[in-house]
Amino acid sequence: MKPRHKKLLWVLGGLSLLGVATGLVLNALKSNLNYFYSPTQVSNHEAPSNRSFRLGGLVVDGSLKRQTDGLTVEFVVTDTANNIPVRYKGILPDLFKEGKSVVAQGKLDADGRFNADQVLAKHDENYMPPEAAQALEDAKKLNAGKAPKP
Amino acid sequence: MNWGSWSNFIDMGGRGFYVWGSYLITLVCIVLELGLLARHKRTLWQRLTQIMKLNKQG
Amino acid sequence: MTINWFKYSSPATFYPLAGKMIPLFYALAAILTVIGLYISFFVAPTDATQGEAYRIIFIHVPAAWMSMFIYLVMAMWAGLGLVMNTRLSSIMAQALAPTGAMFTFVALITGAFWGKPTWGTWWEWDARMTSELILLFLYIGYMSLTAAIDDVRRADKAGAILALVGAVNVPIIYFSVKWWNTLHQGASVSITHAPSMAKTMLLGMLIMALAAWMYSIAVALSRARLLMLEREKSTAWAQEVLEQKS
Repeated sequence: MKPRHKKLLWVLGGLSLLGVATGLVLNALKSNLNYFYSPTQVSNHEAPSNRSFRLGGLVVDGSLKRQTDGLTVEFVVTDTANNIPVRYKGILPDLFKEGKSVVAQGKLDADGRFNADQVLAKHDENYMPPEAAQALEDAKKLNAGKAPKP
Repeated sequence: MNWGSWSNFIDMGGRGFYVWGSYLITLVCIVLELGLLARHKRTLWQRLTQIMKLNKQG
Repeated sequence: MTINWFKYSSPATFYPLAGKMIPLFYALAAILTVIGLYISFFVAPTDATQGEAYRIIFIHVPAAWMSMFIYLVMAMWAGLGLVMNTRLSSIMAQALAPTGAMFTFVALITGAFWGKPTWGTWWEWDARMTSELILLFLYIGYMSLTAAIDDVRRADKAGAILALVGAVNVPIIYFSVKWWNTLHQGASVSITHAPSMAKTMLLGMLIMALAAWMYSIAVALSRARLLMLEREKSTAWAQEVLEQKS
């Protein structure tokens, strides 16, 4: 074989490998281009019922309960319109907090509870020093106090 | 930002491995790129000056 | 006053001019990196939610910006070379590719090192991360394609087509966090809203980005000079350059 042909073969081989890799990645994307489903989508049965999927939303304040075994936790995920209860056995990421975003991977059981086998914390794009965060928190509480009662 | 001590600075609030790890890998990447560029330059100059000398002789 | 751009785009003028400018860009990159790192580690405060782990942002975001921006510039030069057939354009495109690939790799790796302590995972196949990985494949594909074809003109043409087709990936990366639900958060800095970062954090990030710019210009110009000398080795100006140095 001439060196020219050999080189061409390498190019074609490399490019087809690249094509296959891109194809595989795109295929992976197609099935979870939307990385997670919101509680509303889950309530509307838009999420797959027979296989594992990801649920994303905010952890409801005060909903986190630890079971006596110390490992199993239960909390409620919301998108403010709908709520989904979640049960998870394992270690929570450091940034997991009530009122903050999470993405949980798992399956829905028969009574609408989401059994997660992985929980990831999703943080937002805001970066600020702790003092500023505290001030923001205080202002929020103050405003909540001022709000007219219904 | 006052770290207080060197060990606090290295520790990065318990995240030293991740913070310093990513800075170290970035440094390695930059050094590698500059090294490859320097090698490219050396070999190219060697080759071209050699060709020039041969042309002069011939 | 009209500037004769074609004069500057001729290799005989570009080669010595770039040679004079390169040390300046390296020096600026070094100075900006020192200032940027100082602000990033000694001026910028701790983040309220992420603690110190967020300090990876000072390389992650500049690297990610560069990875996308360099690709667009590379595709532009490659396209210009395809249409105008100017010698300098295709050389600039090829000179930028390795630096763009390097920044893409750095963005992916630092992202993994940031994701592990904050999200709880090194890697997830979400739209932002996957499209950035495709960007790395595109750079590698472009470099291997142009390197593998011996005929310079054909290599330039094939590379240009790949670079231009791949350019659609850049807006996909940028807007992925808006178009789909992703694990990756939205942009902290954009033209549509005020930056959602403390001022000193933003300043550190912008100075580091500026340093990355200077570095990229310096390295790409150095590489362009080598490619140029190699392609034009038998011309009078190249012979003169070789004569002077040897």
